[in-house]
Amino acid sequence: MLIGETVRISLASIRSNLFRALLTMLGIIIGVAAVITMVALGTGAQRAIDKQMQAFGGDILSIQSSAWFSRGVARNRQTLTTDDALALSTGMEHVEAVVPEISERYQIKYGNQNLNLSVIGTTPNHLDVHGFAMAHGAMFSSADDAARKRVAVIGAELPGMLDAEPAALIGRSIQIRSINFEIIGVLEAKGGSGWRNPDDDVWIPLSTAQFRVTGDEYVETISAKIAETSSTEMGMLEIERVLRREHGILPGKDNDFAIMDRKQFAESRQAATEVFTYLLAGIAGVSLVVGGIGIMNIMLVTVTERTREIGVRKALGATRGNILLQFLVESTILCLLGGLIGLALGATASALLARYAGWQTVVTSGSALTAFGFSAAVGIVFGIWPARRAAALDPIDALRHE
Amino acid sequence: MGDEHIDALREVDLDVRTNEYVAIMGQSGSGKSTLMNILGCLDRPTAGEYWLNSERVSRMNDRQLAGIRNREIGFVFQTFNLLPRMSALSNVEVPLIYSGLPKKERVERATAALETVGLADRMRHRPSEMSGGQRQRVAIARALVTRPSIVLADEPTGNLDSTTGEEIMNLFDQLHDAGNTLIVVTHEQHIAARAGRVVRLSDGDVVSDVNARNEE
Ligand SMILES: Nc1ncnc2c1ncn2[C@@H]1O[C@H](COP(=O)(O)OP(=O)(O)O)[C@@H](O)[C@H]1O
Ligand SMILES: [Mg+2]
Repeated sequence: MLIGETVRISLASIRSNLFRALLTMLGIIIGVAAVITMVALGTGAQRAIDKQMQAFGGDILSIQSSAWFSRGVARNRQTLTTDDALALSTGMEHVEAVVPEISERYQIKYGNQNLNLSVIGTTPNHLDVHGFAMAHGAMFSSADDAARKRVAVIGAELPGMLDAEPAALIGRSIQIRSINFEIIGVLEAKGGSGWRNPDDDVWIPLSTAQFRVTGDEYVETISAKIAETSSTEMGMLEIERVLRREHGILPGKDNDFAIMDRKQFAESRQAATEVFTYLLAGIAGVSLVVGGIGIMNIMLVTVTERTREIGVRKALGATRGNILLQFLVESTILCLLGGLIGLALGATASALLARYAGWQTVVTSGSALTAFGFSAAVGIVFGIWPARRAAALDPIDALRHE
Repeated sequence: MGDEHIDALREVDLDVRTNEYVAIMGQSGSGKSTLMNILGCLDRPTAGEYWLNSERVSRMNDRQLAGIRNREIGFVFQTFNLLPRMSALSNVEVPLIYSGLPKKERVERATAALETVGLADRMRHRPSEMSGGQRQRVAIARALVTRPSIVLADEPTGNLDSTTGEEIMNLFDQLHDAGNTLIVVTHEQHIAARAGRVVRLSDGDVVSDVNARNEE
């Protein structure tokens, strides 16, 4: 029989009881909407990490003093110094730039406002290596650093927190740990990189931080940007060699520092996000299955209600296959319609979440197609039993049905 | 229901020729409907054989029987059995859908069949918008539309008043004149009198089989 005819019959039957069709589809609608929204959230989170990884450019390694164990307790021994940073910035083959930094949370005062923020002591190349840009004013210079000047560059969110126009803040003074600093620059927003927001930091020259604020010459982290033409491994080996020499570590002894690959770190975070996405999608998928059971339930009722129609159709020459197809097409259309509505709902929910909750969401055609295909499959799988029952009806019994 | 075994039909030996008009009579419960259902391939005999156009129908599988019901048989029910959500035209089209005919041809043939039964002006109406007599005409058009070898009608006037019943029986006369083979179940003597042959059933047995035209 012509499939178009079957579709037409099914549509007519759905149209004849629209409200019930809607109730039938509700489970599928909610299921598909949930899957779409969950996957959109997960994909959004992954995109954010992707962007962050792209922003790395050439790989950036992060060097820190290694934790060491003393009587079973991990202790952080400070081993990295400004001299190490200097050693790593001259005559290196695989390292393009190094940025030493220390960071600490301090009380910041501006006028009569008090904030508790991360203050990062770093070198001028922090801007380029970590992919920041200036919005107003200028980054402090090497000369500022050498002169231990009390100047500060502030993150993009600070003007908002201080209720001030960004441009108007240039030249104003803030107090860090009761020491006066002049604001000389405001950064452009870089966006949250997931676990930390870099836009509410305050940057000051490294030497200033060491000599005027913390009072020691250690640095906490040295970021090393690997040359575009070199591999991460080559860079790691070179850094290790130089630092072991600088620290006078004898062969066979352990490093007193650790080199971490931030790209690797981001990759493992990405893997975790992916697992999380699948988990959420899986949970949402369960509701899709529950929706399918709803469809089966209503289709069984429909078959009972339409027993006489089935009898008439069989008396007029419908085969088992014709009847089977008719009910299967009907449940599949219900599921596809539900899938379509769910898709629209999920896309709307994703857009609303992005807009009002500030979560990055991405509805991909892949997730849309998967959810759509899945709802078609649900229609077929859960429609087959009611359809088989309809097809197996004996014509004479079906005609006698009241 | 229950364990009691009932033979709805027993000694039935019937031979119907092309363009015969047979009336089947008998008391309620005598097995008339059971016989019609077997002839219409809606039911299968537990024993015995049924041959239609030199084909042994009683041995056919489900799929083959559906084909026979579609092509060879036009069934008219006492309760019309139209599909309520469809127009008269769509109802008449249904058997042709299962024959696999394309839409254009279906509409042409269904329209012609409805014209034959005098419903050219009611084709877009639904069953609920028609009188009993009109509904039965739609059902007859639906039975005729596939040009079946045999038209079976189980008490086709049972749910109609006598005037309307009379009109329906006139229609059957026309169909017979046009060359159709008819088997009609009826309770009423004057209706049976229109047929050329009257078969009487009692408790599942054929008790008389009279060819009225020959007797005259
Ligand atoms: N579904 C059924 N189950 C059991 N007995 C039935 C069934 N249908 C009909 N019968 C019995 O078969 C006999 C013939 O019934 P039927 O052919 O309907 O008679 P009629 O149409 O002449 O009134 C009756 O005794 C009736 O009780
Ligand atoms: Mg009967």
